[in-house]
Amino acid sequence: MTAPRTLYDKIWDDHLVQEDADGTCLIYIDRHLVHEVTSPQAFEGLRMTNRKVRAPEKTIAVPDHNVPTTEGRDTHIDNVESRIQVEALDKNARDFGVQYYPVSDIRQGIVHIVGPEQGWTLPGMTVVCGDSHTATHGAFGSLAHGIGTSEVEHVLATQTLIQQKSKNMKVEITGKLPAGVTAKDITLSVIGATGTAGGTGHVIEYCGEAIRALSMEGRMTVCNMAIEGGARAGLIAPDETTFDYVMGRPHAPKGAKWEAALSYWKTLFSDEGAHFDKVVTLKGEDIAPVVTWGTSPEDVLPITGVVPDPESFKGGKVEAVRRSLAYMGLEPGMKLTDIAIDAVFIGSCTNGRIEDLRAAAEILKGKKIAQGVRGLVVPGSGLVRAQAEEEGLAQIFLDAGFEWRLAGCSMCLAMNPDQLAEGERCASTSNRNFEGRQGFKGRTHLLSPAMAAAAAIAGHLTDVRELV
Amino acid sequence: MDKFTTVTGVAAPLDLVNVDTDMIIPKQFLKTIARTGLGKNLFDEMRFDRQGRENPDFVLNQPAYRNAEVLISGENFGCGSSREHAPWAIKDFGIRVVIAPSFADIFFNNCSKNGILAIPMPQDVVDVLMEDARKGANARMTVDLGNQKVTTSDGQEFGFQIDAFKKHCLLNGLDDIGLTMEKAAAIDTFEAKNATLHPWV
Ligand code: SF4
Repeated sequence: MTAPRTLYDKIWDDHLVQEDADGTCLIYIDRHLVHEVTSPQAFEGLRMTNRKVRAPEKTIAVPDHNVPTTEGRDTHIDNVESRIQVEALDKNARDFGVQYYPVSDIRQGIVHIVGPEQGWTLPGMTVVCGDSHTATHGAFGSLAHGIGTSEVEHVLATQTLIQQKSKNMKVEITGKLPAGVTAKDITLSVIGATGTAGGTGHVIEYCGEAIRALSMEGRMTVCNMAIEGGARAGLIAPDETTFDYVMGRPHAPKGAKWEAALSYWKTLFSDEGAHFDKVVTLKGEDIAPVVTWGTSPEDVLPITGVVPDPESFKGGKVEAVRRSLAYMGLEPGMKLTDIAIDAVFIGSCTNGRIEDLRAAAEILKGKKIAQGVRGLVVPGSGLVRAQAEEEGLAQIFLDAGFEWRLAGCSMCLAMNPDQLAEGERCASTSNRNFEGRQGFKGRTHLLSPAMAAAAAIAGHLTDVRELV
Repeated sequence: MDKFTTVTGVAAPLDLVNVDTDMIIPKQFLKTIARTGLGKNLFDEMRFDRQGRENPDFVLNQPAYRNAEVLISGENFGCGSSREHAPWAIKDFGIRVVIAPSFADIFFNNCSKNGILAIPMPQDVVDVLMEDARKGANARMTVDLGNQKVTTSDGQEFGFQIDAFKKHCLLNGLDDIGLTMEKAAAIDTFEAKNATLHPWV
């Protein structure tokens, strides 16, 4: 009998190539996702040392971070530096023979949306990318995390990564979510409860009835922000929901291979009695629609709350909150629902999937966005966009007064022309509210797609439960 | 990679928690395809206004700290994105050591791959180092990797922990990829085994 193992332990064990006496491990990587911003120096490194990509068939490249989301981008990108990066990815993908989805391909989109959509991401795999939100893929029960550019080069050259094993952390969400509460509210509430360093050194496994009830889209939203809680990765054990989502995707196994895969995938769960170094439990019933008020994703409160007083915090956080409120232009005691907004951004790898667009469109149907508010919908991939058009969602957004864009990261990190102006305030479905994230001196409030749609109509942050 | 042995230099106090990678190097500077030249944009939005004028209050703009080689900061340093541009910018500026109560995971890894020593130390020790750093240009701190020891300007010593493999690589300036390629046989074996066990991968 082996000791009971967690899901993370199992995936780890199945990918261990070698362990040195000092505990340093070499881990095999099944999928490597590559984008234009964090890879040029890695490919350059390979060229300089005459190295090849070890497993080009396990490497997928797609430009997403700085591509414009307006028409014409397949023939010309105005910004010279962005153009150079996209051209470099084009060249590197072709020179090194990796799987590639250029902007002209309808399958192009945010790397963390393309991977699952194309069936590249499968349960039990190790998945890495030079992007911290690689955690998204953990929704499939795959061990997925972000890496730096030196590590990108390391994986390209060796298909392995040097790692130290993390600790196990369990985040359980019991019971059912109230109406109007979504996966985004779960993941933000967890970070609100644990802090942005709460998961440091750990891999989180999300479990419990409320997690089981989520669709794959919702699970990806939850795992996406594991990194904002400081964790190396987030995981959800695969189940029928996962298998249904994966089956039939272009790169998912077929026939006998599918059967073999399925029987393996069904062993991927934490054994009864497996040890977790840290456990956090939230009651689904207690979770409300939340928004962030500050410049750290841990600055989360239910929409019914008020802007907190810096003095109510402890240690270094007092100064951080003071700075945050000054940056955000907010006063302690102000009701969150009184915060007026200038822009609404619906998209990103957190909330740029079809279900997210459906949730927002549901609220927006037959309504108009408030005067003076700019609305941007950026589907997570060309395929999400096409599906939303087919379902009539695009028309709902357009009728409401939103701009309907091409796929990419867009205003999630504002490396392309989609940016907030100085002092502008945005209700955003993305994952980071850091200073300057959506534009120099731009102000970000993170929330769910439904809450973003509600804010667009009201012109200020508002409780979506009052609209449904 | 550059070797890291001992650094004796000015330490700059940056007394903030959750210093994120967007603060360290804002995204407009990620559009480079090189690894160098980012130091001039380190902490850009805190260091300069939109016209590129220096903010005199920011610590690295104060005469005492312009050549700092050590940075002392608050917990969860380097949180946010995986951009290696953050350690590239820190290194290019001339900082070789960052000391904080805790670090974000990816940032922490990225540091050692670029010859930067990131040292997590308990909050009470960081408090002492922060005070020492506030003394300015004549207060020089020594960080000795071989002996795993930080010495303040007035001679107080604090030991620190570091993973043996990281220490070895830093001390000898070793390149991870070269080391791993020596294990090619083990990788071949793993791939062959996995092709039978998990043929769908
Ligand atoms: S959408 Fe945002 S968080 Fe996701 S990969 Fe793009 S920039 Fe990163």
